[in-house]
This record gives sequence, C-alpha cells and structure tokens, in this order.
Amino acid sequence: MIAIDHLWNSLGTTPLLWLVVTLAAYTAGNALQRACGGSTFASPVLIAITIVAVIVVVTRTDYRVYFTATQFINFMLGPATVALAIPLARSARLVKENLAGVGLALLTGSVTSTISGIGLVWLFGGTRTVALSMAPKAATTPIAAAVSSQIGGIPALTAALAIVGGIVAAVVGRTMLTRLNINDWRAHGLAAGVAGSGIAAAQVAERNELGAAFAALGIGLNGALVGIVVPLIAQYWKS
Amino acid sequence: MISALLVLLVCELAGNALHQMLGLPVPGPVIGMSILAAALAFRKGGASSRSPITGSLERTAETLIRHMGLLFVPAGVGLIAEVGVLRSEWLPIAAGLIGSTLLSLAVTGLVMHWSIRRRASRRSPDTVHDLERG
Repeated sequence: MIAIDHLWNSLGTTPLLWLVVTLAAYTAGNALQRACGGSTFASPVLIAITIVAVIVVVTRTDYRVYFTATQFINFMLGPATVALAIPLARSARLVKENLAGVGLALLTGSVTSTISGIGLVWLFGGTRTVALSMAPKAATTPIAAAVSSQIGGIPALTAALAIVGGIVAAVVGRTMLTRLNINDWRAHGLAAGVAGSGIAAAQVAERNELGAAFAALGIGLNGALVGIVVPLIAQYWKS
Repeated sequence: MISALLVLLVCELAGNALHQMLGLPVPGPVIGMSILAAALAFRKGGASSRSPITGSLERTAETLIRHMGLLFVPAGVGLIAEVGVLRSEWLPIAAGLIGSTLLSLAVTGLVMHWSIRRRASRRSPDTVHDLERG
C-alpha cells in the first residue's frame, strides 16, 4: 500500500501517466462503439470523457493537474481546426454550383440554431452563461469551444453540447426531414452538417457520396459563420 | 507530415496575430482556417495543385480530423467542474439543445429543398439526387 502511494505520488502529476490514461480511454471508446455495431449513441468521445472523469474523481486528482498534464492534446485542437480548410476547399466547386441555395439555407439554418438556442435557454429560466455556452454549439466542436470561451460561455459545456447535439441530429435527422417531404441528398447532407456537424454528417456520409460532400460543406461554412456571427451577437447583447 | 504541420501552425499563428491586431471577434484558428481554405481554393485550378505539400497536407488533415474526438477529451473532462450548472439548469440545457438542433435541421433542410425545387424546371433527370436513387 505504501509502495502504491509512493508510486502514485511520483507519477500522478506527470504528463506521461495522463496521456496514457486519455489515449487508453479513447481507444476503449472506439472499441466499445465497434462492439455496439457502430451505434451513434456509443460516441467514443463521450465514453472516453466519462472514463477519464471517473478516474480523475476517484483518484482525487485536481482537474487543473489533469488538464496541465494533457495540454498537448488540447493544443492540437488549433491545427485540427485549421485542417478543416482542406475538406472545405475541396467542396468549393459545390458552393459555386449551388451558391444561392447553399448560402440561404446555411444562413437561415445557422441563425435559427443560435437564436433558438439562446431563446429556449432563456425561456426555460437558464442563466446567461448557459445561453452563451449554447449559442455556438452547432459549429464543429473545436470552433464551438473556441467561440464559447471567447464570449464568456463554459467551453467544456459547449463541447459536450456540440457532441450530444450531433448525436440528436444523427438519430432524428433522416426521419424528420423525410417526414417534411425532403428527399434530396443535398438538403439532407447540408442540414446534417449545419445542425449536427461531424457526428450527424458521418451518418449521411456512409449512405451517399453527394450527401457527404454537402455535409462537409455545411460543417465548414457553418463553422466559419458561427465564428463570425455568434461573437457579434454576444458583443451586441452585452451592451 | 512536418511540412504539413508547419503549414497548419503558420496559418493558426497568422489567424491569432490578426485576431489580436485587429481585435476581431472571430477566434484565431477560425481565421487561420479561412486563410488556408482561400489559399487552397485559389490554387486548386492551378498546375501546382498536385504538389507534394498538398498531398501531405491532405493526409495530415485527414488524420487530425478523423481523431478530432480524442482532442476534446481534456476539455470535456472539465465538465466535472460544472456538475453544479448541469444539476441546476438541466431543463433549459435539454430544451435549448434538443429544440435548437431540431429547428436548425428543419430550417436548413427546407430552405435547401425549396431552392433545389425552384430550379427544378431547368433540371434533367440525371441530376436528380433523391434518396430512393441514392
């Protein structure tokens, strides 16, 4: 017991230990999703966050110690966000061919998401901090979290909302749009990308190539739009 | 891979610098993404579009995007510090999340659908992309 305590004291605050825990939890999340037949509900990210959170709480580790140790992983979110430019540039042709439709659908869908998110939180008695955390959540997670921290939301909450929102969109998206008599892959793809970013897009992507291209387009353009519009709304709301 | 990483980091750095200097409300990495997307889009048609850097950039970007989930874990674990907010505001959080996601799906889908159908008269059968044919 004393030996374990001693080992813990020397390893418990090192990046090495927490990098191993984080990578192992993510690998376990992926394995679990495969075991569930690739189910959208079994999100590897949510599973990994849960596993790591339990370990951090059980070992009475300060969150700041964990976060400092895994800073490098968090740092890579920046270049990963920039990397979204590659699929975005690839779909530039699709924008040119469908300019009016894509532009209008993106703008209305994105603004609807932000305004209704803030409005519903406010209507149900939520605080300003939670409303600001909700506002950028339809953007792809790194952009959503970056916007959230900038406007005074809680980035961790926004990241979780972005992931769970993506799951919601993936689970109900196809059924709902079909009920609305929408049966074009371009509309399905764009809606999935704008409302549910990566997780919803993945579900369209495995069914249809054109839908996948429009979903990628929706993610990229909505990310850029949220990055511009939501901080402006927050700035205006302050005064 | 190193040259690709360098391109991504330089774009992020430029984005952060612009964010600071001009006091832009847009986060630095988003500005960096826009810079790179614009650069790639203008180059796409050019003869150099198949350069080794573009190839390595595409592979590195694909890897980063595929494993983006992992990159959220450290920030996501921060939720343990927000248990109080989740407990006291679960209703506005759930209502806002589900409501805004469904509304956004419907509005985006309907507007796109409407704009496609508006051009339907100019459409030939082989450009139909209905679900039944997909």
